[in-house]
Amino acid sequence: MLRASEKPNAVMAHLPALRVLLRHINCLIPPPRTSMPALCTIRATCHFLLLSPKPRKLHATATSKGPENHALLLNRDERVARNVTPSDVVEKGSTIAAIVTSLGGPPAAVGIVRLSGPSAVSVAGRVFRPAKRSKNNDWKPTSHVVEYGVVLDSEGNVIDEVLAVPMLAPKSYTREDVVEIQCHGSEVCLRRVLRTCLEAGATLAQPGEFTLRAFLNGRLDLSQAENVGRLITAKSVAAADAALAGIQACLTRIWFDLILQCNKIWACGGFSSLVRSLRMQCIELLTEIEARLDFEDEMPPLDLNIIMDKIHSMSQDVESALEAENYDRLLQSGLQIAIVGRPNVGKSSLLNAWSKSERAIVTEIAGTTRDVIEASVSVNGIPITLLDTAGIRDTDDVVEKIGVERSEAVARGADLIIMTVSAVEGWTSEDTKLLERIQSAKSSTGSLIPVILAVNKIDCNPRAETDWDRGCQSHDIFSKRVFTCAVTGQGLQDLERAVLELVGLDAIPSGGRQWTVNQRQCEQLVRTKEALERLQSSIKEELPLDFWTIDLRDAALSLGQISGEDISEEVLSNIFGKFCIGK
Amino acid sequence: MATTTLFTLHLCRFGQSFSKKLFSTSPSSDTLLNPHHVTFHHKLRRPNSSSVPAFFRRFSAVAAASTSGEANYDGIGTADEKYDVIVVGGGHAGCEAALASARLGARTLLLTLNIDRIAWQPCNPAVGGPAKSQLVHEVDALGGEIGKIADRCYLQKRVLNVSRGPAVRALRAQTDKREYAMQMKSVVESTPNLSIREAMVTDILLGKNDNVEGVCTFFGMKFYAPSVVLTTGTFMSGKIWVGRTSMPAGRAGESASHGLTENLQRLGFETDRLKTGTPARVDIRTVDFSGLEPQHGDKEVSWFSFDPDVHIEREQMCCYLTRTTGRTHQIIRDNLHETPTYGGWVEAKGPRYCPSIEDKIVRFQDKESHQIFLEPEGRSVPELYVQGFSTGLPERLQLPLLRTLPGLENCSMLRPAYAVEYDYLPAHQCARSLMTKKIQGLFFSGQINGTTGYEEAAAQGIISGINAARYADGKQLIVLERESSYIGTLIDDLVTKDLREPYRMLTSRSEHRLLLRSDNADSRLTPLAHEIGLIDDRRWKLYQEKQARISEEKKRLRSVRISGGDLAAEVSRVSGQPVRDSSTLESLLKKPHMQYGILDEHGFGNIELSRIEKECVEIDIKYEGFILRQQSQLQQMVTQQHRQLPEDLDYHMITTLSIEAREKLSKVRPQTIGQASRVGGVSPADITALLIVLEANRRKAQEQSRYKIMNAMRAKALEEEVPEVSCTETVSS
Repeated sequence: MLRASEKPNAVMAHLPALRVLLRHINCLIPPPRTSMPALCTIRATCHFLLLSPKPRKLHATATSKGPENHALLLNRDERVARNVTPSDVVEKGSTIAAIVTSLGGPPAAVGIVRLSGPSAVSVAGRVFRPAKRSKNNDWKPTSHVVEYGVVLDSEGNVIDEVLAVPMLAPKSYTREDVVEIQCHGSEVCLRRVLRTCLEAGATLAQPGEFTLRAFLNGRLDLSQAENVGRLITAKSVAAADAALAGIQACLTRIWFDLILQCNKIWACGGFSSLVRSLRMQCIELLTEIEARLDFEDEMPPLDLNIIMDKIHSMSQDVESALEAENYDRLLQSGLQIAIVGRPNVGKSSLLNAWSKSERAIVTEIAGTTRDVIEASVSVNGIPITLLDTAGIRDTDDVVEKIGVERSEAVARGADLIIMTVSAVEGWTSEDTKLLERIQSAKSSTGSLIPVILAVNKIDCNPRAETDWDRGCQSHDIFSKRVFTCAVTGQGLQDLERAVLELVGLDAIPSGGRQWTVNQRQCEQLVRTKEALERLQSSIKEELPLDFWTIDLRDAALSLGQISGEDISEEVLSNIFGKFCIGK
Repeated sequence: MATTTLFTLHLCRFGQSFSKKLFSTSPSSDTLLNPHHVTFHHKLRRPNSSSVPAFFRRFSAVAAASTSGEANYDGIGTADEKYDVIVVGGGHAGCEAALASARLGARTLLLTLNIDRIAWQPCNPAVGGPAKSQLVHEVDALGGEIGKIADRCYLQKRVLNVSRGPAVRALRAQTDKREYAMQMKSVVESTPNLSIREAMVTDILLGKNDNVEGVCTFFGMKFYAPSVVLTTGTFMSGKIWVGRTSMPAGRAGESASHGLTENLQRLGFETDRLKTGTPARVDIRTVDFSGLEPQHGDKEVSWFSFDPDVHIEREQMCCYLTRTTGRTHQIIRDNLHETPTYGGWVEAKGPRYCPSIEDKIVRFQDKESHQIFLEPEGRSVPELYVQGFSTGLPERLQLPLLRTLPGLENCSMLRPAYAVEYDYLPAHQCARSLMTKKIQGLFFSGQINGTTGYEEAAAQGIISGINAARYADGKQLIVLERESSYIGTLIDDLVTKDLREPYRMLTSRSEHRLLLRSDNADSRLTPLAHEIGLIDDRRWKLYQEKQARISEEKKRLRSVRISGGDLAAEVSRVSGQPVRDSSTLESLLKKPHMQYGILDEHGFGNIELSRIEKECVEIDIKYEGFILRQQSQLQQMVTQQHRQLPEDLDYHMITTLSIEAREKLSKVRPQTIGQASRVGGVSPADITALLIVLEANRRKAQEQSRYKIMNAMRAKALEEEVPEVSCTETVSS
């Protein structure tokens, strides 16, 4: 190939002779004396790779019936092939990434992000900077040698201190190049590292995909594989879990507690409506453009400005979604929840019960808490800082007064307020007053902070649940109302759910499933963003219309995760439905 | 007869060894020891062993059938009736199939209902257009005829989508329909190895092994061949409709063919009906063109064929544009009950891309007018094709309707518009070689597979012709992968998808169209055609020289640098981008709006290059990044997509597949994973399940063979002495 590009004429002239010679050599080499089909295939492949003097090849594959054998023509344009130098030869197959340690439980000390695939090393090289940096920019790891370093995001900020474990093919779990990045165990860390890997070109692994690859590449035995099969095709979470149990018996490090048909759950994810609408817009644009390509004569001309505006607004949507995405932000900064209320309604008990600690001092005496007390909890992987505050009341005590002021300040700065009242005392006028104070705080910042009403000490007055509605009908400013008992822990789960609902992460099953679903959509948006960026540069370079369809198609593909042929069909039926064409 | 026998045998042998050289066969399990040895043994073996390849079986079967026939006039005429390939139908698929087969050296018989209608253009006499032109270029690159004939007989040529990208640029030619048919007929008539005969085929003759042996005609003639290509067009049980009236006919004025459908059904084939139509023709001499907008051909004519011998410019004719009027719409609305679709007596809807005028008016009520194109059908025929005006209205309303169009107020109608309904065979019954899965040696092409259009027919025709000849010759069949060409995409769609309307090629059907352009059809396909023997040495030399010039020129553009000067100034003016000092010509060409012509103007072009070659160079350089990106995306996908699926896979037994996938896959029986993924109702999860099953089966087979080897080795250890050659002999005996 190289020679051909250097001296096309000379080589071309000798090609026929060379080919005949090579064919004879080909026939004369005795095949290995085994009857393993695998070996034969490898041999056949080698023949044409090594001996074929031309890049284009006729690839013959034997099937069971004699003359039904097919000579397959691989798409090789001779003109392109001449340009391709060996370094351009593309790697085959995609590179996948996922967090392979368990999520959703108590934080572990170390968590692992695994990359597997032909470009695992180059993707890792893009995000990982070894401490001992060689002059060469490319990361060239030695297999099975641990390296210490940091993971950087696309802007060069350090995300985490990590150990990178390269395991090069075939000596790895999947028999592909594998790089495992050992990060700190916090979910935030792991997810940010994973996100960086995805941005660097990896694809989020499908559930069970590492194991699937391991199997398809010749590892694992058949019984294990059957479990993989069941996992992949499982129709429900329960079935997936059952299948998982089957694999886990034999394998370690599998966390794919997910089902493939994520689509079904997507409906409840944060991005899903955006993903759907973006996809529709892509298809619409494709319809507009492609109708013109196939039926030039019959269509009114395209208004390029409108198309460009649409593309522009789409990329803005994607970008703002990615930036302001609730969950992503939450993962990075966490959530601040202020617990406020009159003195002695059980705020500190609530904090202790929720954080399963004795962080705050609890006494019978009203006004025990004088300062703001912090405790950390994690709800579905979101780090939450609980802020216990001094009971808010008019007081002459200088210390308590400062405490009350601080309480109000904290309430103003929180992402969410839990207003605690006592079920025993019911709604009091002080509560109304307090609510007004909080509300005034809200209006001063201009944004609405959601407030959850927690009716505490419910164990002391069980009737309160039924009575309560009458008591505070007017206070529809509460976004949610839960009944809790800090002593027994009753209602804490309700409280967590209320918190999640308010930050837009409701309907979350346990164990990070929802997160992964979101993460997949997030990945879709990242890919879409890339495609739209390319599209905009095509527009800027004033490339012809047909080139726009390439990236629009890519965008639609990454948003739909379905095959390209399906997109063609969808575009076509749109064209026929929408336009009056046809001669 | 004896000479024929010897000749065929010789051909087979030649073919077998030749194909071994051409294609690196990965040997199947019982012949894997040494392909060379196996070939040798095959040659000497007598055709009674169970492992004899199909072509030997077939050959002996043919011989037996001909000698056991009731009437046997030895040596007088029977030998003439044995061929290597029989092509049934002389349309655009049939002609390409017969030509390809005969040119590959197979004795070929073309059976047609009417020799005078060979290569007739019963609908619009036009070739090319978006996506279709790519098909024509590809057929030409493979050594087919359609492009050359269109180049010879054009009335007008236009390149569509000029500024919309190299992949969608499409050449469309209006052709002279009489001249076209005559030119093609004379090519067919003058091709060696090719005989023509008028006949109506009613039966397919079968051999013992579900293989085709020949055909039987309505008048009881039997023609024998190991390969038969059916290209029946709209003729199988064809029925034409004008208004409410129908008659059996393949085309207006031509009788339909009866009996074949029933015969195919008896053989177990699934058949179905499709419908298409053609608009009225008016007398060009009665049309007033003075007020109509003319549509001229391109000043600089482009060509379908890569063969410069047919690049002969001729005078072009003009097409005209007219529009429907309020009166047209009124007549149609008043008479909707008289149309088949809205009157409710025909359920089958026409193709979506070819709606009747009543469909357009009903579905797009807000449109006050629709464009109608008036296209001449020939230099010596007075007929004018009224494009965009097909209708199911009865004949008595058609002339009044035509006369509502500006310019046609006083026209006279030569032929009424009519619709035709015909039998087709859903193409999932064919493999991608276009050979049927049920019957070895039987091929389908053209409208019988549910397509529409001359170009689609020709594309299938050439593939089935090549494969019919190769099959008769005992060679491997050729499959064009979906990613290789529009032809491959077309066939892949046909055999994989569930079609509900006649299939027309469209650019949006090709996912990788940037790689499948008209300009590179030759560099994609001509080497293959040369290797199988359809491109002769002259064309091959032309091709190689062209590629060499292109490649040299690209090298030159990479090495020549300029600093400042007129060219730099012009480039920065045209592109709106600054030109750095010591820029290569290549980098200049990559700038927006920059064309090779500008290099020419400033004396930096290469005058030895033809316009087409310059275009190739320009595309290769300008869109290099995109092309490489697409190529790499394709490569990523192809590895997995091209994995073969065993033909005997029992999908119903694979419980990990969804029920729907099991049914669909059993029906379509895809040949590769990629094809399976395109079958409707098969999800990505099903594909993963399939991959797992394949791998599991592979391991099981591996285990078994390992076990066998172990046993064999044990046995070998027991025996004291084993002769060297025994292994080969065991396999071949």
